[in-house]
Amino acid sequence: MKDILIRRTLADRPPNKVDQKRNLAPLWKNIVKYRWLYLMVIPALAYFIIFQYLPLWNAQIAFKDFKPLLGVWRSPFTGFDHFITFFKSFYFDQLISNTIIISLLKLVLGIPMAIALALALYETTFKRFRSLVQTVAYLPHFLSWVIMFGVLLMMLSPGDGLINAIIKSSGGKPIAFLTSPDWFRFVVIASDIWKETGWATIIYLAALMGIDSTLFEAAQVDGASRLQRIWFISLPGILPVIVILTMLRLGHILNAGFNQIFVLYSLPVYSVGDIIDTWVYRSGILDFQLSLATAVGLFKGVIGLVLILIANRVAKRIAGYTLY
Amino acid sequence: MRLRIKSWDNLFFQIFVNVFLASVLLAIAIPIWRVFMMSLTPLGYLDDKTFGLWIPPWQWSFEAYKQLFSHPAFARATYNSVMITLGGTAISMALTTPLAYVLSNPRLPGRRFLIVVILVPFLFQAGLIPTYLVVQRLGLVDNLFAIMLPAAVSVTNTMVMKGFFEGLPEELEEAARLDGANDLQVLWHVILPLSKPILLTISLFYTVALWNEFFTPILYLNSNKLMPLPVLLRNILMAANINEYVESDAFSNAPIQAFKAASVFITMLPMVIIYPWIQRYFTKGTLLGGVKE
Repeated sequence: MKDILIRRTLADRPPNKVDQKRNLAPLWKNIVKYRWLYLMVIPALAYFIIFQYLPLWNAQIAFKDFKPLLGVWRSPFTGFDHFITFFKSFYFDQLISNTIIISLLKLVLGIPMAIALALALYETTFKRFRSLVQTVAYLPHFLSWVIMFGVLLMMLSPGDGLINAIIKSSGGKPIAFLTSPDWFRFVVIASDIWKETGWATIIYLAALMGIDSTLFEAAQVDGASRLQRIWFISLPGILPVIVILTMLRLGHILNAGFNQIFVLYSLPVYSVGDIIDTWVYRSGILDFQLSLATAVGLFKGVIGLVLILIANRVAKRIAGYTLY
Repeated sequence: MRLRIKSWDNLFFQIFVNVFLASVLLAIAIPIWRVFMMSLTPLGYLDDKTFGLWIPPWQWSFEAYKQLFSHPAFARATYNSVMITLGGTAISMALTTPLAYVLSNPRLPGRRFLIVVILVPFLFQAGLIPTYLVVQRLGLVDNLFAIMLPAAVSVTNTMVMKGFFEGLPEELEEAARLDGANDLQVLWHVILPLSKPILLTISLFYTVALWNEFFTPILYLNSNKLMPLPVLLRNILMAANINEYVESDAFSNAPIQAFKAASVFITMLPMVIIYPWIQRYFTKGTLLGGVKE
């Protein structure tokens, strides 16, 4: 979850009106005064123009029949044709449902798991054991999905994967987890939880550490059991953080984990594993349907933006924070 | 009486919690351990009892590693990975640091405009194809810069760094300005020496992301000789015929599974080596960018 960014407000309060008026008049003077800062920001600004804003400009090919020889601007205009093609196509339902099902299951199963692990780490009295578990549990976050693919093969392959070796030795039939439509989503979700749960505890642990310890002492005096203390103090104490992270994840619900699925999936499991991003890659880059793929990407971008803004609103209302 | 009940409660609770933690530990460690064991499997080794989880140390075979290290494809992929990671981190830091510093200056006219400029593409992504067209237009296809440049500045990292700069005492900057230093000199001589922890943290963020990059190389690079380690690893894992990646006499020395496992382990190794630093600084950095009240 590298993109976690929860801040009260990104920009500080706007300068007050008196300041603004004074700043507007001698514009040139300001530019001279701050010339080094403006010069310093030019490389980064150039980066944003070239690699962030030019793509936004190029996104117009979603409304055009893009011909590489004519270029982005002069390609013939087609309006919403590509969007309509996509909405009417048989893969529309499949892509949307795969994306949302995989995303939601990761969220619904992953967040409670992370909270449980954080609570266990917080409650254990063995300090060294705790840091050992933390060290091991954080590690998979830093491994790429290609490495994870290797690890999963060693665990799941029908030939000599560990799980299948155990199944075989107890008389069962080996299961082709990675290529079977019945199992693929399970593998995707379980491996995501395996990889990211440890790392996700960091933020919950920090929130737990932030709870006023006198609350726990008072509960102890009142005779509350351990579980009662978790239920009535720890969980309510970290509830704002839980709400924020859930909202953030919901805002990114259309990102079902492109890198992961790109590595793990194969033709037999497209029906249950193909998500918007993988389809955009295949149709755009491999099949050269550049305009159609751009339209689908743009559709995802617009929905994503709306979801993020809604999530931001909700989080602000419930927990008093803003995400960005 | 009440005290005794409470300590029983405590004991059961502790047992439960620690058993849970131990099972998490095993669930994460066993798969990684198994990859390690498989990479050391000697040819013709038969193991029915431990499911490949234990090979006695005197039977360990390092043949798979030897073969991989001596193969030119592996050396080339490692070289590419190192170039991408070091070059990319340098570019990213050179762009991110001044940007974060400029944004951290509360008096700068146009600061809010700049923030909007970097936030718009962060919230609204144009998607894969439009970016691909830009890279293609710039002639960067089949060039390692195509991996380093398109995602060079991370908005999240910039904001974390900006937050750190904002927390530095302003008096130091003022003192340097009174001595006649310009903003560039202030950044270089005053701010950066004070910011080593955050610079290291953000560099590590970029380093890990670049080292693990495998989709953009597949997307933008065509020649095999430019592919970094993760792509080679993927090819090895998916290869029906492993002869392309190891010497043809390889089979006489180590089983195919050992090659696959060994290449997984080698790709993992640099991350594992810098992991102690990662763990220390990432935790701080994540919290800096995360819960900020």
